[in-house]
Amino acid sequence: MRYLKAEDIQKALTQAICQISYESDPKAVERMRTAHEQSNHELERDVLGAILENNELAAIDNIPLCQDTGCTVIIAEMGRELVIEGATLQEIADRAAAEAQGKCPLRASISYDPLFRRKNSGNNSPAIVHIRQVEGKRLKLKIAQKGGGAENMSFLMMLSPATPLEKIKEQIVQRIVESGSRACPPLVVGIGIGGNFERCALLAKEALFEELGRKHPDEHYAALEQEILSMINKCGKGAQGMGGGLTALAVHVLHEACHIASLPIAVNLQCHAHRHVDIEL
Amino acid sequence: MQVHELRLPLRAEDIRKLKEGDKVLLSGIIYTARDQAHKKLIELIEKGVDLPFKLRETAIFYCGPSPKAEGKVCGAIGPTTSSRMDGLTLPLLQQGLKVIIGKGERSAECERQIREHGAVYLTAIGGISAVLARTIVSCETYLWEELGAEAVYRMELDRLPCYVGIVGD
Ligand code: SF4
Repeated sequence: MRYLKAEDIQKALTQAICQISYESDPKAVERMRTAHEQSNHELERDVLGAILENNELAAIDNIPLCQDTGCTVIIAEMGRELVIEGATLQEIADRAAAEAQGKCPLRASISYDPLFRRKNSGNNSPAIVHIRQVEGKRLKLKIAQKGGGAENMSFLMMLSPATPLEKIKEQIVQRIVESGSRACPPLVVGIGIGGNFERCALLAKEALFEELGRKHPDEHYAALEQEILSMINKCGKGAQGMGGGLTALAVHVLHEACHIASLPIAVNLQCHAHRHVDIEL
Repeated sequence: MQVHELRLPLRAEDIRKLKEGDKVLLSGIIYTARDQAHKKLIELIEKGVDLPFKLRETAIFYCGPSPKAEGKVCGAIGPTTSSRMDGLTLPLLQQGLKVIIGKGERSAECERQIREHGAVYLTAIGGISAVLARTIVSCETYLWEELGAEAVYRMELDRLPCYVGIVGD
């Protein structure tokens, strides 16, 4: 057995939350830089130029990348020989979200009650935590600060397994294109296919954490990712919906077994402020 | 792409020379308002109470800033999705509002209202807070502090970059 102290996890988490609030995924920035150099669309160049400048200034001026500093989302892989002493992972995450909110400082963006009393919790807690048990003694945390704009444009479909592939692609692309500038493109698109109703949503979220632009190990899914990416980028919406060829930076698919009667598909969108990091303890 | 440097309050001829897709560098005093603040402003208008600032002379920015770090002029600044305010825009236009700053498309209905009132809807880029922060001269909570990010903030801008989304004829 390995023992980890709650305080040590909280410390690492708080630090990670603060760090990503000022730094976009470097691979996403790299893609935008290449597109900025190559684009001959004037507005697109202007918008991408501002986004790139922002990535430099955020760290220098100590201003978060976006005023929507997001909600803390954690996907934890927890070794079965690991014991956390002192608190549950949820409690630790809540404390880290609150600590980072005060320390950075970040905007308090969480409402206690979703419907009747939309009162701000004031400190960004609670965080959203998903835990998966794995072999071994390690604790891996995939951490994101997820903004509301892109999350609001995400969607889930329970399709018939008989739906032709072309139709599936069209439906996915159409919904993404319709979201226009609200999700702050250029986007990272996470697609979860299979599982069931709730699992495909989690897969879609987790797909966002994949290394940007990595190739899917299964050739069928790799081709699907590429096709959807090129379909999205042909639509001409462009950065911030102002036109141009870079509406999406990458499409990542994760898939899983599912019921013979079902074809669940979830699409989770991420904006150009791609704030995430993996840490291992 | 034409670039216009404009200072609030805008004159009718300032607005008339704008074309969709033009870039605007906006200066002057503006107020932020998101969903909750809109509801409260509209309540005041319906009660016939004078608003504490003249809508005609300023701009409404759909924005909920993050808190300032010590020694900073402002926290992170940026536009929120405008479509949430589509149904709340008309009463402000009727009170003379001419300039709105937000993010993304408006409903056909709201677009028509903006045009009919000879107003301009400017879109700012989401997620470039540090760039925008450099154009903020001052930022203070102005009304309803208890609303946090949803409160009304008074800001002075120095050449905030945005683009013309909708403009009245
Ligand atoms: S979608 Fe992303 S970049 Fe756009 S406002 Fe929200 S958090 Fe910021």
